[in-house]
Amino acid sequence: MTLVLEQVLNGLQFGVFLFLVSAGLTLIFGVMGVINLAHGSLVMVGAFATAAATQALGSFLLGLLAGLAAAGLTGAVMELLVIRRLYRRDHLRQVVATFGIVLFANEMVVMIWGRTPLFFNAPDWLGGSVELAGGIVYPVYRLFIIAVGIAVAALLYLLVTHTRVGMLIRAGSTHRETVASLGVDIAALSTLLFAFGAVLAGLAGAMAGPLVSVETGMGERLLILSFVVIVIGGLGSLPGALTAALLVGLFDTLGRAFLPDLLKLVMDPAEADTTGGAISSMSVYLLMAAVLVVRPSGLFPTAAGRH
Amino acid sequence: MTRRPLLLLPAAALALACALPAAAEPVKIGMITTLSTGAGYLGEDVRDGFLLAMKEEGGRLGGTDVELIVEDDGLNPGTAKQLADRLLEQEKVELMTGVIFSNIAPVVAPLTIRSGGIYISPNAAPSTFAGKNCDQDYFAVAWQNDSLHETAGIYANELGYKSAYLIAPNYQAGKDSIAGFKRYFKGEIKGELFTKLGQTDYAAEIAKLRAADPEMLFTFLPGGMGINFLKQYSQAGLTDQIPLVGSIATMDPRIIAAIGDAALGVRSSSHWNADLDNPANKAFVANFTETYGRPPTPYASQGYDTARLIASALKATGGKVVADKDAFRAALRAGKFDSVRGSFAFNNNQHPINDWYGLVVEKGADGAPVNRTVKMIAPGHEDAYAAECALQ
Repeated sequence: MTLVLEQVLNGLQFGVFLFLVSAGLTLIFGVMGVINLAHGSLVMVGAFATAAATQALGSFLLGLLAGLAAAGLTGAVMELLVIRRLYRRDHLRQVVATFGIVLFANEMVVMIWGRTPLFFNAPDWLGGSVELAGGIVYPVYRLFIIAVGIAVAALLYLLVTHTRVGMLIRAGSTHRETVASLGVDIAALSTLLFAFGAVLAGLAGAMAGPLVSVETGMGERLLILSFVVIVIGGLGSLPGALTAALLVGLFDTLGRAFLPDLLKLVMDPAEADTTGGAISSMSVYLLMAAVLVVRPSGLFPTAAGRH
Repeated sequence: MTRRPLLLLPAAALALACALPAAAEPVKIGMITTLSTGAGYLGEDVRDGFLLAMKEEGGRLGGTDVELIVEDDGLNPGTAKQLADRLLEQEKVELMTGVIFSNIAPVVAPLTIRSGGIYISPNAAPSTFAGKNCDQDYFAVAWQNDSLHETAGIYANELGYKSAYLIAPNYQAGKDSIAGFKRYFKGEIKGELFTKLGQTDYAAEIAKLRAADPEMLFTFLPGGMGINFLKQYSQAGLTDQIPLVGSIATMDPRIIAAIGDAALGVRSSSHWNADLDNPANKAFVANFTETYGRPPTPYASQGYDTARLIASALKATGGKVVADKDAFRAALRAGKFDSVRGSFAFNNNQHPINDWYGLVVEKGADGAPVNRTVKMIAPGHEDAYAAECALQ
C-alpha cells in the first residue's frame, strides 16, 4: 500500500514537472499559433545557464535567476530574429524553421560548454529525503518541484484571468486583428509573451538540472512528452496542460511501476518483464490516441487549436 | 579569388607541408565514429587517443605515413552506411575503425570486409561478430561487449553480495547486459526491470528497487540515461543502502564529473584505469592530459591502443596493408605493442583476452571523485563466444 501511494506521488511529481515544460509551449501556441519545436532548446539553455551560473556564483538561487534571465533573453532574440517571420506561415514552415533552431542551439551549447554533461546537483538545503505520513521516504527536491509547479500554475491563473496583460493574451488568442486595431502593439506583446514562455521553459530546465543529465539534446526528450501533454489537454489551453500533464505523469509512472507485475499474473515472469516494459513505454501514446478518439480537439478545446 | 591572395597563402603552405613528406602514398585509415549527440564524447576521446599516437610519431604510425579521415555518424546507421560507402569507394581506405555503438558496427564492418579492407573496432563488439560469424578481417581491440557485464557479475561475487536487482533499458544491448551479469553472478536475482530507451524520470523504478530490498544493484544505463538515473538514485538516499556495482560504461570519468559526489562509493569493473601502473600507461595519461587539457577516459585509451596496434602491424609489413594482407593480418593478430592495459593478446576470434579490474569511486588528491583500482578480479577473461568461432 505504501508502495502504491509512493508511486502515485511519483506520478504527480512527474506530472507537475511536465506541466512546467508544457506551460510555455501551450501558451505560445495558444496566443501566437506557432508550433515551437525549439521550446526544448530553451529548456536546455535554462539548465545549462543555471548549472554554469550556480557553479560560478556558488548559489543555487542566484544561478536560478541567471538561468531564467538567459532563457528569457534567448527567447526574445529568437522571436525577433526568426519566430516573428513565421506567424503568417503554415505549420510546416514553422516546424522546419524551429527544427533548424534546435540543431543550431545544440551545436552552440557544445561550442560554449563542450560535450561533457555539466555538473549540477541540488543545493544542500534541498538534498536528502524526508519521511512523510504513511512511512514514505521521499526526496526533498522532488517535493520542491511539486511546490514550484503549484506556484507557477497559480501565478499563471492570476496572470491570465486577473491582469490587463492576461486580458490582452486571451483577446489576442482569438481576435488578433481586433486587438491590434484597438491600438495594442501586438508585435511587442508577442515578443514579451514569447520571452515569458521562454522563462517558463528555462525554469523547467533549471528544475530538471539536478535530476537529469545536463547535456545537449536534453530538451528534445522532454519535448516529445510535452507535445503529448498539450495535444491531450487541447492545444493552447493552460488548464488543459495542467490536467493532461498530471494525467500523463500518473499514467506513465504507474504503467512503468505496476504493469509488469500485473502481467506476471497471466504470463511467464521473464516475458512479463519484457512485454510490460514495452507496453508501458507506449502507454502515454495509447492514452493520447484514446483521448483523441473521444475528444478530437483534446480535453479543453480552444479556438487556436481548432485551426 | 584574386582579391584576397593573402588568405590563400597559409592554405598553400599547408598543402605544401602535407605534400612534401609524402614520398610514398600514405596508408588511408577511415574513422567512422560518434562525435555529435550526448554520446559524442565517446567518439571524441577515441579520435583524440588515436591522434595522440600519431602525433607521438610525427604524423606516422609504425614508421609509415598515414592519413586519418574522421567522420561523424551522428549515432545513425543510415548516415554510417553513406559514410562507409564514400570512404571505401572514393577515398579507397584500407583500414576502417572508430565505431562506438553496436547498432552501427553491423553496418560498417561488413561493408569494409566485403570491399577488401580490414575492420578494427576501438569499442563496439556485439556478439554477432564474436562467435559463428567471426571473420579473419574483423578485429576488436577493446573487449567483447558481454565481458563488461560478466565481469560486473564477477566483481559482485568478490564483494560477497548475495542478492541483486537489475535495471537496463529495453533494447538488445540492455538485454545482453542482464544476460551477461547473470552468466557469472552467483546470488539471488530479486528482480529485473527494463526501462524506456532515453528515459528521463526514474522515480517509479527507484521506488520498486527500494521495495525489493536487494543487497546490491546492477545497472547498464549508458550515457545520459545513466547520469539521470544516478542523480535520482543518490537523491533518494540509496547509494549506501543498496550499493551499485556496474561496468566502466556506467561510471566513466565524464559521468563521474557530471554527477560529482553522488558517484562516491560506486563500484565498476574495467579493463583499464588511469592509475594502472605500467610505463606505457603513465606516459599515455601524462601526454593525453597535457595535449588536450582533460584526463583520458577508457575510450581514449582504446583509441590510443588501436592506433598503436595498427602501428605495430605497419612496422612489421613495412607499410603494406591490402598489398600483403596475410602478413598484415598475422602482424595484427600477434598484438605486439605496449598496451596501456599492461598486456595485450587476441583470442582465436580476434577479440582481446583482457585482465579485468575492480574499481571504486573515491575522493582524489584534489578532492574531486575519481575511479581507483582496487584489485584484479578476472585475469585473462575470455568471452563466451570464442569457442564457436572457426578461426584458429
